[in-house]
Amino acid sequence: MADAGLLRFHVPEPEVRPGGTPDFSDVTIPKAGSVPRPEIDVDPRTIRDMAFSIIRVLNRAGEAVGPWAGLLSDDELLEGLRHMMTLRSFDARMQMAQRQGKTSFYMQHLGEEAVSCAFRKALAPGDMNFPTYRQAGLLIADGYPMVTMMNQIYSNEADPLKGRQLPIMYSSKEHGFFSISGNLATQYIQAVGWAMASAISNDSKIAAAWIGDGSTAESDFHSALVFASTYKAPVVLNVVNNQWAISTFQGIARGGSGTFAARGLGFGIPSLRVDGNDYLAVHAVAKWAAERARKNLGPTLVEYVTYRVGAHSSSDDPSAYRPKAESDAWPLGDPIVRLKNHLIQRGVWSDERHTQAEAEILETVIAAQREAERHGTLHAGGKPSARDMFEGVYAEMPPHLRRQRQQAGV
Amino acid sequence: MPRRTMIEAIRDAMDVSMARDERVIVFGEDVGFFGGVFRCTQGLQAKYGKSRCFDAPISESGIVGSAIGMAAYGLKPCVEVQFADYVYPAYDQIVSEAARLRYRSNGDFTCPIVVRMPTGGGIFGGQTHSQSPEALFTHVSGLKVVVPSNPHDAKGLLIAAIEDPDPVIFLEPKRLYNGPFDGHHERPVTPWSKHELGEVADGHYTVPLGKAVIRRPGAAVTVLAYGTMVYVAEAAAEETGIDAEIIDLRTLLPLDLETIVGSVKKTGRCVIVHEATLTSGFGAELSALVQENCFYHLEAPVARVAGWDTPYPHAQEWDYFPGPARLGRALVETMEV
Repeated sequence: MADAGLLRFHVPEPEVRPGGTPDFSDVTIPKAGSVPRPEIDVDPRTIRDMAFSIIRVLNRAGEAVGPWAGLLSDDELLEGLRHMMTLRSFDARMQMAQRQGKTSFYMQHLGEEAVSCAFRKALAPGDMNFPTYRQAGLLIADGYPMVTMMNQIYSNEADPLKGRQLPIMYSSKEHGFFSISGNLATQYIQAVGWAMASAISNDSKIAAAWIGDGSTAESDFHSALVFASTYKAPVVLNVVNNQWAISTFQGIARGGSGTFAARGLGFGIPSLRVDGNDYLAVHAVAKWAAERARKNLGPTLVEYVTYRVGAHSSSDDPSAYRPKAESDAWPLGDPIVRLKNHLIQRGVWSDERHTQAEAEILETVIAAQREAERHGTLHAGGKPSARDMFEGVYAEMPPHLRRQRQQAGV
Repeated sequence: MPRRTMIEAIRDAMDVSMARDERVIVFGEDVGFFGGVFRCTQGLQAKYGKSRCFDAPISESGIVGSAIGMAAYGLKPCVEVQFADYVYPAYDQIVSEAARLRYRSNGDFTCPIVVRMPTGGGIFGGQTHSQSPEALFTHVSGLKVVVPSNPHDAKGLLIAAIEDPDPVIFLEPKRLYNGPFDGHHERPVTPWSKHELGEVADGHYTVPLGKAVIRRPGAAVTVLAYGTMVYVAEAAAEETGIDAEIIDLRTLLPLDLETIVGSVKKTGRCVIVHEATLTSGFGAELSALVQENCFYHLEAPVARVAGWDTPYPHAQEWDYFPGPARLGRALVETMEV
C-alpha cells in the first residue's frame, strides 16, 4: 500500500496464455445431483444460490443422478445423441467446404452441441427462438433439412435467403428460428418483445433468447433483462458461456460479477447455472424454465457453462491467444462423449453402435452436401439472380429501387 | 368538419387504428397512464387497456427492440421515442434490425412498426430537444420516413404508416403541434382551429406514403420543404412577392420524385429548405436528384437553406432556425441569377 495515493488501472487477464499449461483449478464444479430442483413457482429470492452453482445430472461414471434426472426416455436420449453427432459432423463438413473455397465463411459449434440440441426438445411447437450464430442445433434437433442449411451456406440458387445473407445466418419461422443478425445482442430484446406480444395476445407460446458470454456486455442485454423483468415476459433468457468471445476471455465481459447468471438476480429474475456439456441437465433446466414461462410465472435466466473448443470462426486462429490443449483440460468434458457413456451405462448403446452411427451420419451429411452442391456453391454453379438483390427491401418495390434495378440491367 | 390540433389528429389516428385492428399496440415512455408528455396518447390506455397502451422503461433500444420482436410475432406496434434527439440508443435496432428484417429473412419475418418521434426546433429546446435527424434515416435502405406538416396529413399519414407492412420513422414537428408556425416568433401563434388544414375528418382515412403535395402553386421557383418549413416557405413567398411553387414532400423516403421534377421543369429554379444541418442533410439528396433529373431546365443553381452545421443552440434560436428572411433572401438570389 506504499502507493495508496495513486490510482491503478485494472485489466483482467486469463490465467493462461499460449505456451502455458491449461489450468481450470479455479473453476468449481459441484458434484452431479447436488443442486436441488425447486418448484417452478419458487420465490426467486430463495434460489439466489443457484446462480453461483452448476446444475449437473451426469456424474463421472456416466450415471444420471439427483433431482434433475429422469425426464428423458432411452429413445429421446438416443435421438439427442444423434442430433449432437449430426451437428458435429455437419460442422466438420462445412468447415472443410469453407477451406475448399465452396463458401466464404463458417462457424462451428464444437463442444457446445448439447446446449442448442437439448434446449430445442424442451420447447413446444410454435415457440420462437431468437438465436445467435452458434445455435444451429436448434434447427438440427427440429428436423430442419440439412440440405437447406447448406444451400444457405453456399448462397446457391436454392438458398432460401436468396444469397443476401452471410453463411450460417439462417432463418426459419416454421421451425421457430428467428432470422439471425450479424449485430450482436439485438435479438435478445426482440425475444422479450415477441414474448410480450404472445402475452398481449393471450397466446400460450413462449420465446427463447440467446446470447454468448461476450455479448452480455452489449446494452441490449441490459434492456432485455429490464423489459423481461418489468412485464414478466414469458421468455427463457439463455446465456451460453463458452469462456471466449473471439480472443477475449469471459472475465472481460463478466467483470466483478461472480457468474453471468448472477446478472439476472439484480433484475429479480430467477437465474440458474447449468452444465452446458450435460445433455440431460440442459434439457431438464430448459424444461423448468420453459414451464415457468408457459405458466405465466415470468422469465428465467439460464447460464450454460461450456467451452468453445473450436476456433471462433473460419477466420480465427485460437492458438494466438490461448493454449492449444486448453479444451482437453476443460473439466466438463465433451457433451457427446458424456451422453454416449451414459447410454452405454444404461445398456442401450455401445462403442460399436456409436462408431456405426458416426459412419451413418457422415454418409447422410455427405449425401445432403452432394444434393446442395448440385444447386451450386458460392463461386460455382447455380446462384441467386441479381434481380433478387433488389427484391424484399420493402413489401412493394418503390420507384427509386425500380430505377436502380433497371440501371443494373437485371 | 371538426378542427383539431396536430396532437389531437395524431391521437385520433392511433385511436382509429387501435379500434380497427387489435394488433395495433402503443407504448413508450410516459405514453400510458399519463398520455404522453405532449398528450398524443391521452385516453388511449383508459379506452383500450394496459395491454394495448402502456408505459415503457426509459430505454429507447428496449422500446424499439421489443417492438421489432412484437412485429415478428404478428402485432403492429406504434411506439414513441419522446424526442427525436433521443432516438440514437435505438439506432442499431432501427438500422440493423427493423430496416433489414424483411430483406435478410427473404420475407420470412417482417417488421411493420411505426416509430413516432417529436422533431424539429423553434421552441427554445436547445441541443437535445430540437434536432431534425431525418437524414440519418433516409440513408437507410428498408425504412420509410414521414414528416407531416398539418393535422389533416398527420392523421392520414399516421394511419397509413401503421397499416404499412414496413417500418416507418414518423417525425412529428413539435413546433406545429398546436398551430402552424412560419418562423415569425415575434408574432402571436395562431391555433389550428383558425387554419383550414386543421380540419380533420372523423373516422378512418389515409394519406398515401410516398406522395408529395403542392401547397402553393407558382411559376417562378420551386421550393422543396417539409414540416415547419412549409409555413416558412409560404411566408417567404408572400413577403418577397415571388411566385414560388411550394411542395410539401410529406414522405422523404420513398420520395415523390415525379412531383418534384414536374415542378422544377416548369419553374426552372429550385430552393430546398430544411431545419436540419446542411452538410449531408436530406437537402443534398434533393439537390442531387433535381440536378440529375432537371439539368437542362435549370436556370439557376439549386439553393439550399438549412440549419447551420452546428449543434442546435439555445440563446441563438432565431439566428439558427431558417426563418422567412433567410429563405426569402435565397429566393431573391435564385431569381436574380
